[in-house]
Amino acid sequence: MELKEIQRLEGHTDRVWSLAWNPATGHAGVPLVFASCSGDKTVRIWEQNLSSRLWECKTVLEETHIRTVRSCAWSPSGKLLATASFDATTAIWENVGGDFECVSTLEGHENEVKSVCWNASGNLLATCSRDKSVWIWEVQPGNEFECVSVLQGHTQDVKMVKWHPTEDILFSCSYDNSVKVWADEGDSDDWQCVQTLGEPNNGHTSTVWALSFNPGGDKMVTCSDDLTLKVWETESIGMQSGGGFAPWRHLCTLSGYHGRTIFSVHWSGEGIFASGAADDAIRLFVEDTESQAGGPLYKLLLKKEKAHDMDVNSVQWSPGEKPLLASASDDGTIKVWELVS
Amino acid sequence: MVSGLINANPIVYQKKERRLRTAPSLPHDDYAVEPIDQQEDPEHPYSLEELKVITEEAIEVDDHHSYVRVIFTPTVEHCSMATIIGLCLRVKLMRSLPSRYKVDIRVAPGSHATEAAVNKQLNDKERVAAALENPNLLDMVDECLAPSYD
Repeated sequence: MELKEIQRLEGHTDRVWSLAWNPATGHAGVPLVFASCSGDKTVRIWEQNLSSRLWECKTVLEETHIRTVRSCAWSPSGKLLATASFDATTAIWENVGGDFECVSTLEGHENEVKSVCWNASGNLLATCSRDKSVWIWEVQPGNEFECVSVLQGHTQDVKMVKWHPTEDILFSCSYDNSVKVWADEGDSDDWQCVQTLGEPNNGHTSTVWALSFNPGGDKMVTCSDDLTLKVWETESIGMQSGGGFAPWRHLCTLSGYHGRTIFSVHWSGEGIFASGAADDAIRLFVEDTESQAGGPLYKLLLKKEKAHDMDVNSVQWSPGEKPLLASASDDGTIKVWELVS
Repeated sequence: MVSGLINANPIVYQKKERRLRTAPSLPHDDYAVEPIDQQEDPEHPYSLEELKVITEEAIEVDDHHSYVRVIFTPTVEHCSMATIIGLCLRVKLMRSLPSRYKVDIRVAPGSHATEAAVNKQLNDKERVAAALENPNLLDMVDECLAPSYD
């Protein structure tokens, strides 16, 4: 197996922090599209040309955020793009026939917004900030967004928020080394922390930067400044009875593979998870079907050294039949990769 | 205002004689030392080297692996300037070294009351990036670094 570079995309004039594939693209003849965001305060929209197979920048979203754009996320329909910025705001952009219009600006966080995520049905949005809080916003008619809950619980800045792929359960990871699980218990909009995955339950010992779910939604992988990846599991969603919350438990820790901070991890539809780290490398991991009892259940499939000239900040698998991997780096470029055997 | 200083009477040491540099091939340890030893302490008109906050011995450079580690020693163990000194060191190295370098900056073990917290903050690049977008902090960093560009 080999990770083959298809294209290296230039355009951003500062580090690229994050990227997001539009989930409504890549099938039924719709060309693949992704968005990237950067320390240059802009967001770029890239589209694949169906004949040349190469990507080009279709548009640049600028003059809205006045500081770094840290993260971006598409709504499930692919019609809306949310962008989170160090300027303490989250912008909502609507795609109108290829033109992007900023239709709403979400204000409320005290300082840098670090991550934004839509839930599976697209009616809820979550944001998190250095102000230690996680906000849940409800999408109202006419592109209005109402804050329905402010979640306090982390003791340090919150690095990333991620909704479960099918359930309205929210996960947040933080500089306080923990992952918190939030659920709406009983009454509507009564969001509570239902579980904390920290050091006492085999959790990370330094900043948790990112997390990602497997396609079934019964496993997740987290990555950290402690140089490990950890896989967690819960009862499979279909087996949960009575709508009660099924707790997550530590399944295994992958240590010894990374020498510097791991910033990003993403699980593909095919069950391969990729990591992007400060050692400029991309690594792919798969389930180890021959693992011994008690041993790690995942193994390194391959390591792409010098994937970029500087830190790899984000790795994301594309939607579609044959997923491609995109990576974003401090070197200001984005690369698109194909896994070939 | 002298009474407001965190360490009002620091010990000032002699600057170390630096080897003459022969351009273009620097001895590679000087490569990293030169840029930061001229840096001013935020509290005093002395350089970090004169205050022994930074010494040549506490800077490890591995050119082959593109790696630099700087260990600095705040003058007092409750020095609230430790993070700003560390931030200045990081910015100076970011501006001076080729981008291939990985840089770790730490306070010397036992030299600071909140050692782990300071180290964690200084090596979180997201916090560093956000700090450098804060105009007040950036002004302070630039002021500290100004003498190093003379």
